[in-house]
Amino acid sequence: MKRYSGFQLVKHALQHQENWQRMWRNPKPKSHYDIIVVGGGGHGLATAYYLAKLHNKTNIAVIEKGWLGGGNTGRNTTIVRSNYLWDEAAHLYEHAMKLWEGLSQDLNYNVMFSQRGVMNLGHNLQDMRDIQRRVNANRLNGIDGEVLDAQQCQEIVPIMNCGGSTRYPVLGASWQPRAGVARHDAVAWGYARAADALGVDIIQQCEVDDILIEDGAATGVSTRQHGVITADRIGCVTAGNSGVTAAMAGFKLPLESHPLQAFVSEPIKPILDTVVMSNAVHGYMSQSDKGDLVIGAGIDGYVGYGQRGSYPTIEHTAQAIMELFPVVSRVHMNRQWGGIVDTAPDACPIISATPVENLFFNCAWGTGGFKATPGSGHVFADMLAKGKANKMAKPFSMFRFHDGALIDEHGAAGVAH
Amino acid sequence: MFLIYCPHCEEHREEPEFHASGEAHLARPEDPEACTDEQWGEFLYFRKNPRGLHRELWVHSAGCRKFFNILRDTQTYQIHGSYKVGEWLEVDVQKDDEVSSS
Repeated sequence: MKRYSGFQLVKHALQHQENWQRMWRNPKPKSHYDIIVVGGGGHGLATAYYLAKLHNKTNIAVIEKGWLGGGNTGRNTTIVRSNYLWDEAAHLYEHAMKLWEGLSQDLNYNVMFSQRGVMNLGHNLQDMRDIQRRVNANRLNGIDGEVLDAQQCQEIVPIMNCGGSTRYPVLGASWQPRAGVARHDAVAWGYARAADALGVDIIQQCEVDDILIEDGAATGVSTRQHGVITADRIGCVTAGNSGVTAAMAGFKLPLESHPLQAFVSEPIKPILDTVVMSNAVHGYMSQSDKGDLVIGAGIDGYVGYGQRGSYPTIEHTAQAIMELFPVVSRVHMNRQWGGIVDTAPDACPIISATPVENLFFNCAWGTGGFKATPGSGHVFADMLAKGKANKMAKPFSMFRFHDGALIDEHGAAGVAH
Repeated sequence: MFLIYCPHCEEHREEPEFHASGEAHLARPEDPEACTDEQWGEFLYFRKNPRGLHRELWVHSAGCRKFFNILRDTQTYQIHGSYKVGEWLEVDVQKDDEVSSS
């Protein structure tokens, strides 16, 4: 891999940008790998990258049914934050946050991580109490956070309607200055390029249609395009399709897959230099570098794999955004799309061994997977390399739904579900 | 937008009147005290979550407020029929698909 640098930029400018090296190979799969990662989204690619980089594994394949980052990695609203209430979740997301802070240098790829701050609004007294509790918990865990009152919110976001005229007035917010946004495609491409350079085979357009099991242990995968590929260990990072891949291996997961949608507006001049989220009115908004407003909605209530959201949810979200930001009422929406998010009952991920030996799952990131990409890959790589959960991954076992040790982030963390 | 037939009201109504309540036909264990943690956990949390036909519980929350079941495809979003709780609906899915695509 040729490293990107200012010098390379000048050199290629003189050659009409025609000789850039391909970012990753397109290899034919081998018949056997030490480790197969199923799913070539951000989390899967990050897993492969950290396996190669930190665990000296080089005989690894990432198998992706579509193209890299074509699922939820390319469909989210790119928000990165770590202000979770419970210790287990806070440690995991903060681990990811620390990796984000050095990610562009680490990957030699500009992921455009912009720490512009994230504001989680409170609209009633109980919201504000919860916010205070969460910010205090964050600080005890070494995560930055502040409680803002309505006036401070107004100063940071002048276009927001913080007055008393709204149905759900803004009373204040929690504010995490280190949070922000990143370029989602660049995260997938950066990890893919860096993993490929370390010898990982990235196999696209190859759909796994069965997981092969002998004597209760996974031995490989059967694929639609390239037949059987065997492996010593298999890690499934299949997000919304995790229920389907688990069914291939013969067990159920505590998950339901829901459509989660987002939309972007036409590009306009800069009006919002931070991220505003509201759990109560179900909408969040930021502005991309290109100028379009990126707006996220809540999930649709039913199980769905259609990668499109429902109209009532669009309407609901548009109402919320218009009430918070009356100034955008005449902005046209350009595009709308949905991703399939696999949500666990406690809204926390599953990073876990399974009833099948040598088969591991990293899923259930639900509505908040993008922010965790580096941390998720980092801990899951450790699990695949060593065959057991490390301290950070341990609380996220799928068997917590048997013994009752849930991590109840659902209502607690100001997460926009 | 779904147009959902409520078997209690015997009318088609629009989606915002309804609320999805997850997988249908989940039988509560008859003697919960006798369940192992695993059995109880399976009942509470583990779901089929299929990509395809799905029997699910809905409630007509802004209408008659009664629960009923829907047989729906989670990939195409086609609704194959609604039926009351305690009943069972068999649908020739292939035939249904042909009707809707013609």
